[in-house]
Amino acid sequence: MKEKRSTRKTYLYIKRTWTLYLMLLLPVAFALVFRYLPMTNISMAFKEYNMFKGVWASEWSDPIFKWFQRAFHTKDFWLALRNTLMLNGLDLIFGFPLPIILAILLNELAFKRYKKITQTIVYLPHFLSWIIISGIAKQLFAPRTGVVNILIGRSGGAPIDFLQESGLYVATYIALGLWKEMGWNTIIYLAAITGINPELYEAAEVDGATRLRKIWHITLPGIRSTIVVLLIMNMGRILGSEFDRPYAMQNGLVMNVADVLSTYVYRVGIRGSQFSLTAAIGLFQSVICVVFLFAANAIAKRFGERGIW
Amino acid sequence: MVKSRKRKFDDLVIAVVCFLFILLCLLPMVNIFARSFSSAQAMINNRVSFFPVEFTWESYFYVLQDSAFVRSLWWTALLTLICTVVSLTITVLASFPLIYDNLKGRKFYNGMMLLTMYFSAGTIPNYLLMKQLNLLDNPLVLIIPSCLSIFNMIILRSFFYTVPDSLRESAEVEGAGPINVLIRIYLPLSKPVMATLALFYAVGRWNGFSDALMYISNPKYAPIQFKLYQIINNRSAIDVAQQEGFASPAASEGLKAASVMFATVPILLIYPWLQRYFIAGVTLGAIKE
Repeated sequence: MKEKRSTRKTYLYIKRTWTLYLMLLLPVAFALVFRYLPMTNISMAFKEYNMFKGVWASEWSDPIFKWFQRAFHTKDFWLALRNTLMLNGLDLIFGFPLPIILAILLNELAFKRYKKITQTIVYLPHFLSWIIISGIAKQLFAPRTGVVNILIGRSGGAPIDFLQESGLYVATYIALGLWKEMGWNTIIYLAAITGINPELYEAAEVDGATRLRKIWHITLPGIRSTIVVLLIMNMGRILGSEFDRPYAMQNGLVMNVADVLSTYVYRVGIRGSQFSLTAAIGLFQSVICVVFLFAANAIAKRFGERGIW
Repeated sequence: MVKSRKRKFDDLVIAVVCFLFILLCLLPMVNIFARSFSSAQAMINNRVSFFPVEFTWESYFYVLQDSAFVRSLWWTALLTLICTVVSLTITVLASFPLIYDNLKGRKFYNGMMLLTMYFSAGTIPNYLLMKQLNLLDNPLVLIIPSCLSIFNMIILRSFFYTVPDSLRESAEVEGAGPINVLIRIYLPLSKPVMATLALFYAVGRWNGFSDALMYISNPKYAPIQFKLYQIINNRSAIDVAQQEGFASPAASEGLKAASVMFATVPILLIYPWLQRYFIAGVTLGAIKE
């Protein structure tokens, strides 16, 4: 009797929900084939890849960590690793505070319509690709005909080749990153500011607090948790790497500072067909990234914040 | 009274600082715009800054003569349309079932999808997968592997959560199944968030570069960003002509500017219309539970 009821219950459950499972079929198949199946190819990092045998039939390398050892003995790998850390680190130092400042500025802006227009314009660069931005930058900073050098020339300076000299390349790279994302990254802070209780500001007004005092004592504490979570999470991504941005901007003269892990893996792996070596480097990078993210999440929770999962 | 005057002065200073940010964002684009409409001679003589000098359509004319570039524009537009439709469909399918709290396996499914946000196989394993699936040099490789973004799925799911359950329950009392609930209640309510996701997917495809670089070698399927990359880095037809002495070096400068404009203008055209939707969308994306 009991069994019969439970089969009936199962039957009813399936009757009610089978369409939902049907809907999930496509996304699940997608995730399995295009996100999980390639993970089996990570075994490449421990094999002697033979193009004709394929991934599975290729033999295990001896010693098993051969490709990792080889990578750690390659000068270019260390260079790419250093550059990844350096560029991401600089991005964090300069790119993190600016959106907070801009968000507070926008919030203090008294003219509502003007605020809307400003937001529309500062969000715009986010939607341009790095290829477009590198195209704009190469024209803007062109040593002879670029407008920046025209202006420098008019004020009596010598032309500067921003994209072909190591130090200046790094500065330009970071500045363009700021240009693209500073506006966009204010969105999350502006949303957090909207969540602050307006009564706090009114009370401060009654007490005669100045604008700066209100920012310092109400706005900033109000978005503190957002700042902490984003800061920690961004620190967790310090070894992650974008591809389009360094690839579109780098050139032969500045590879010593412009080559990062993602572009190195592409060049040596896909272009140079050294699949096993670069699979090992990719795995090394992914594992460290995951460890950093978990650590960052744990730290965020220790601070009493929500974390990201 | 003194206080309110001080207030006004503050507001003005802030407005001016914001104006500087506006200039900072716009001037680089204005410069490219000016260059694309200036004569080659004016550019060589360093006379072009933020206004077209010796206005001419010449550069655009050059670009439009490059049939491969024009075809690539149309191809990318078509690709963007297909990708947006496919991606929106699969994102709805991936998010809607999650609103049923008692769906068995919901937690597992959710975890399985979120995990791919934090750990991916990597460039080389993905490349080898495309090779194994015979997708290299196949236009499908530009559509399928990137058709579902987990970030967008989270946005849509978070939005679906905000729809009151009572709406769904009253429809269920009248005998509506999940598909009816989705089509009659949820989809009509989610127009703004769908517009946001459409913008994200469309811009993502229009701006997509690395997948074409890695998986596509047939120039027939090269999307616009790939073509643009070649032009910017002096691998276009006009540069070849210039090396052989058929064209002046300055012509290629204007051509680059005009090519950048072709890739940018479609984004500038759709962006203002969808702008009012995406802020809410991005904020929803911050909710992970």
